[in-house]
Amino acid sequence: MTGDRLRIGFIPLVDAAALMVAVDKGFAAQQGLAVDLVREVSWSNVRDKLNIGLFDAAHLLAPVAIASSLGIGHIKVPIITPFVLGLNGNAITVSPKLYAALVDAADGDLTDPRVSARALARVIADRRRRRVEPLIFGMTFPFSTHNYQLRFWMAAGGVDPDEDVRLVVLPPPYMVESLANAQVDGFCVGAPWNSVAVDHGVGLILHFGCDVLAYAPEKSLAVRAAWANEHGEALQRLLRALDRATAFVNDPARLDEVAALLSAPDRVGVAPEMIRSTLQGRLSVAPDGSVREAKDYLLIGRDGAARPQQIHAAWLYAQMVRWGQTEPSAELLAAAKASFRPDLYVEALGTNAKAAQLPDDGVGAFTGEQFDADNIFGRAALSTLQRRQS
Amino acid sequence: MDPALKIVIVDENPLRAAILADGLAEAGYTRVIRIEKTLNLLARIYEIDPDVILIDLENPSRDVLAQMFQMSRAVRRPVAMFVDQSDAAAIEAAVDAGVSAYIVDGLKKERIKSILDLCVSRFNAFARLQEELERTRTELSERKVIDRAKGILMKVRKISEADAYALLRKTAMNENKRLGEVAQSVVTAAELLK
Repeated sequence: MTGDRLRIGFIPLVDAAALMVAVDKGFAAQQGLAVDLVREVSWSNVRDKLNIGLFDAAHLLAPVAIASSLGIGHIKVPIITPFVLGLNGNAITVSPKLYAALVDAADGDLTDPRVSARALARVIADRRRRRVEPLIFGMTFPFSTHNYQLRFWMAAGGVDPDEDVRLVVLPPPYMVESLANAQVDGFCVGAPWNSVAVDHGVGLILHFGCDVLAYAPEKSLAVRAAWANEHGEALQRLLRALDRATAFVNDPARLDEVAALLSAPDRVGVAPEMIRSTLQGRLSVAPDGSVREAKDYLLIGRDGAARPQQIHAAWLYAQMVRWGQTEPSAELLAAAKASFRPDLYVEALGTNAKAAQLPDDGVGAFTGEQFDADNIFGRAALSTLQRRQS
Repeated sequence: MDPALKIVIVDENPLRAAILADGLAEAGYTRVIRIEKTLNLLARIYEIDPDVILIDLENPSRDVLAQMFQMSRAVRRPVAMFVDQSDAAAIEAAVDAGVSAYIVDGLKKERIKSILDLCVSRFNAFARLQEELERTRTELSERKVIDRAKGILMKVRKISEADAYALLRKTAMNENKRLGEVAQSVVTAAELLK
């Protein structure tokens, strides 16, 4: 075993847990890997440094990995996903003012995303009548599950996210401040930022991401396809280290240890209690202290969540098409699917390789037509985009 | 070289932004605007309506600019990152220096190549300046520690300043340590034994 040295970039979020634990608990070293984890401040930086080879691997938004492979929005560099670092973990948080308006407009239980989406449409219609400026929602990146989750939810209520509201990119550390000073009315972001907003009394968690999509492909372990070809053996060892790390993260007896480790300033850098509640899926959702629990709030390799699923890549590509980020093309769809590499995952983990039992549409969407990865064009998946004629 | 280009510099470090702005001014670019606060960045940029945007890589707001690639109605003029697929070295040099450039609305890449080159050299110059400053600071504080260690040795062992210095040097050489480190341990030990 050669002593390979790897540089891996990450953004300080709880769903980078497998990488942090693999390094800090010695699972990488056990596999003969010396890993330097490099904390970054933007997804653009992570992508660029991975693209030009300053990083060997990265914690990356799954849609960015796909967009990079397809050459959408940026230089084309084939990036593969041989391991999924996280499914889910996002939430939609709104200001107390917007929450109150949604309560008034709701025709049922607001925790049901169908009800909240319809309520949002009514609030928007009312604002238009009163000639009030459109609502503004923050998300983390144009190619992000956060963007697609917000849009999916809004569209289900008849809201056109490009016309009826403003969607703006905000770096996660700025989300809470922006909500507090009313620069945005709500946002969709990963842990721990929703809890931080609730803690500060400036927001209420309206939905967990898993209310909208039960199995949302969130973060990839991303590597250049060319690097994977040249360093196949090192990659296998990295995947094995990550597999051991996810088992550690999911061991209830290790919860406090993992929370303490992730709270270090050079890792995620927030209070351990916040990390523990995120990993448990037990979050304060309102300033009055009410707590909601969802066991699938964030999945870090649990029950096969780390195995790349090509239907997830197809779903993300379909969102890019749906929202006009790229053209529908059978070739691009095939390339998107091929960038998710369950074969490498299985090769590295052998009998350890598990597969999650996914719903038929792959993502467990709360509403809408059945998603079929082999037939995404000219179908309801895209035609649900019905722009309001005004 | 095109002095009519309107250039925005987004950098929360005022010193580095000033160094870059000076460089651009020297090169004849007169329409240079600096943005230090990144709150409401997109609105500020639309207000200025620049041809070129330069942003440092330590800035989380780089992702905000990614939104400008989108063809949505919220975006007035599409923007592209300066990426010359034929010239990977240029982009590597920029990322390495810690800066990235965006160009607006189909501007020819050749027109900003010189701006990017200037950025890279100014960012690198700034990094060197900071390193030097850091080194000077370390040296200064080390010298102070060495002086204190010498004083302690002179007092305790009743030797001259020159002998105290020679003793420190010899110990450093024998233990394969830096002079500053040995001096620091003398000072620490003296404090413990007080």
